[in-house]
Amino acid sequence: MADMATQPSAPPAGAPQATKRDFLALSATAFAAVGVGAIVWPFISSMNPARDVLAMASTEVDLTPIATGMAVTVMWRGKPVFVRNRTAEEIATARAVPVSELRDPQTDQSRVQRDNWLVMVGVCTHLGCVPLGQRPTDVRGDYSGWFCPCHGSHYDGSGRIRKGPAPTNLAVPQYTFLTPTQIRIG
Amino acid sequence: MALGLHKSEVKNPLLRWVDERLPVITMIQKEYGTFPTPRNFNYFWNFGALAMINLMIMIATGIFLAMHYQPNTLMAFDSVERIMRDVNYGWLIRYVHMNGASMFFIVVYIHIFRGLYYGSYKAPRELLWMLGVTIFLLMMATAFMGYVLPWGQMSLWGAVVITNLFSAFPVVGDFIVTLLWGGFSVDNPTLTRFFALHYLMPFMIVGVVFLHVAALHITGSNNPLGVEPKGPQDTIPFHPYYTIKDTVGIVVYLMVFAALVFFSPNYLGHPDNYIPANPLSTPAHIVPEWYFLPYYAILRAVPDKLGGVILMFSSILVWFAVPWLDSSKVRSMNFRPVARIFFLLWCISFGVLMYCGGKPAEEPFVTISRIATAYYFAYFLVVLPLLGRFERPMPLPESISRAVLGIKAMGGGPLPAGAAAKPMEKA
Repeated sequence: MADMATQPSAPPAGAPQATKRDFLALSATAFAAVGVGAIVWPFISSMNPARDVLAMASTEVDLTPIATGMAVTVMWRGKPVFVRNRTAEEIATARAVPVSELRDPQTDQSRVQRDNWLVMVGVCTHLGCVPLGQRPTDVRGDYSGWFCPCHGSHYDGSGRIRKGPAPTNLAVPQYTFLTPTQIRIG
Repeated sequence: MALGLHKSEVKNPLLRWVDERLPVITMIQKEYGTFPTPRNFNYFWNFGALAMINLMIMIATGIFLAMHYQPNTLMAFDSVERIMRDVNYGWLIRYVHMNGASMFFIVVYIHIFRGLYYGSYKAPRELLWMLGVTIFLLMMATAFMGYVLPWGQMSLWGAVVITNLFSAFPVVGDFIVTLLWGGFSVDNPTLTRFFALHYLMPFMIVGVVFLHVAALHITGSNNPLGVEPKGPQDTIPFHPYYTIKDTVGIVVYLMVFAALVFFSPNYLGHPDNYIPANPLSTPAHIVPEWYFLPYYAILRAVPDKLGGVILMFSSILVWFAVPWLDSSKVRSMNFRPVARIFFLLWCISFGVLMYCGGKPAEEPFVTISRIATAYYFAYFLVVLPLLGRFERPMPLPESISRAVLGIKAMGGGPLPAGAAAKPMEKA
């Protein structure tokens, strides 16, 4: 386009002048880009979670059957969520750790809403495996919390990363206590 | 062609490096840049490009629909409704796909009309034409199987009727039908295989379209005069002249398409297909999609099962023979005053069949369908072979440039400077 445009109106040699044709080419290209974006967006958007998927995005958990020292795993958005009723000893151990020692510094208090109830997304922050440690017979790692068998990440009793390749602590999802014995995750 | 690097004329060093090893840029420049194209196209010559665009739209929307669709009789209908209600822009993608099928047939019917009127099927373009008919047959199969996927009442009963057509064939009929069904009726195995084939066939169409275009670029395009270009004065480069003319057509096409999608997306569909399929109850009045109505009318015009099926298939297969049935050497019907009338009547018979195909199989529609069917075939089997011998065509212009540039150019001297100048070279 550019050299076509310069042919008819090129008397001043040297730097090419901006012509009406340049303006038309640029504005047409700009409009085309907007048009392509407008067409592509619905296609990309259609791959995002649909409304029925979003409608299923919260899970309620009844806490009454979970005795002290026990844990359950529930499904939330297709992923496991660990709900653990911690013993006083476990809480004390988790709180005794100096925060400065941690790879992803977080106090135990900031990770729970009520001291004994630890609620976490049970997905290792390394590459997405589900760590062991929910069942009493599971290997719980060097810090008596959770241990990811895929690549050997060790989490402590607060779900914080202590050893291994995972970069961050196990994520705490958004949840609320509906009653003292019932929570809604999401 | 000698082995070794291609002698590329591309300036950009990176593109040149590629072009020397795989001369795609040279090819695009040759086939779509400087490609010499008759200078006298009218807007009927837009429809090949439009069909190509339409095919790409169908593949794009279809791939995204397939991400959400469930090819299972228990889930198919609901998954389509989920696309309409829950998937982001699912309604848009489905309505574009659904109406895109209708737009595809509109575009292709006009493309075929163009070929029949301007004699584009005549030597040396016979194979080009036959590849086109092959594309049309693949399109019909694809469209039919696509219509089955939503698993509504029309989907199911359309599939039942169409697959049962094959049972008309003696000896092998039942075997073929069972093979299509994968069971004892149109059921889950049928739906699943139709989905697989519906996904496959568009890519087969892409393959045949490639051959169609490759053949076109060997013979070059026909044109409204039906006179072959005799030299550079009769042609212009494809780009920018026909890229821009096609763009104008695409804009109009997209306006019609958008009007259909946004204002009456279900106008060309059938409301019964929003009722989930029920194998125990046939709708009172089964009709195929509008683009199949003429062939459906031909099927019903014949009071014999096998005869009707054979005639219906023949109504398309006869197109393959048109290059040899038409005995006239003159391509364009602009110069065939009598053929023009017979062809107009053929178009009317096609329209009448389309109308009758949508009506119940009762009088007067059956008789009308029979008359129209008789003329439909008579045009190909009687009129075209004989007319070339009796018709006196009007005198053909000496060349395209003489005809389109008018009397001024008739002197034989130099043509007017602007008109005859070598077409502007596109960098």
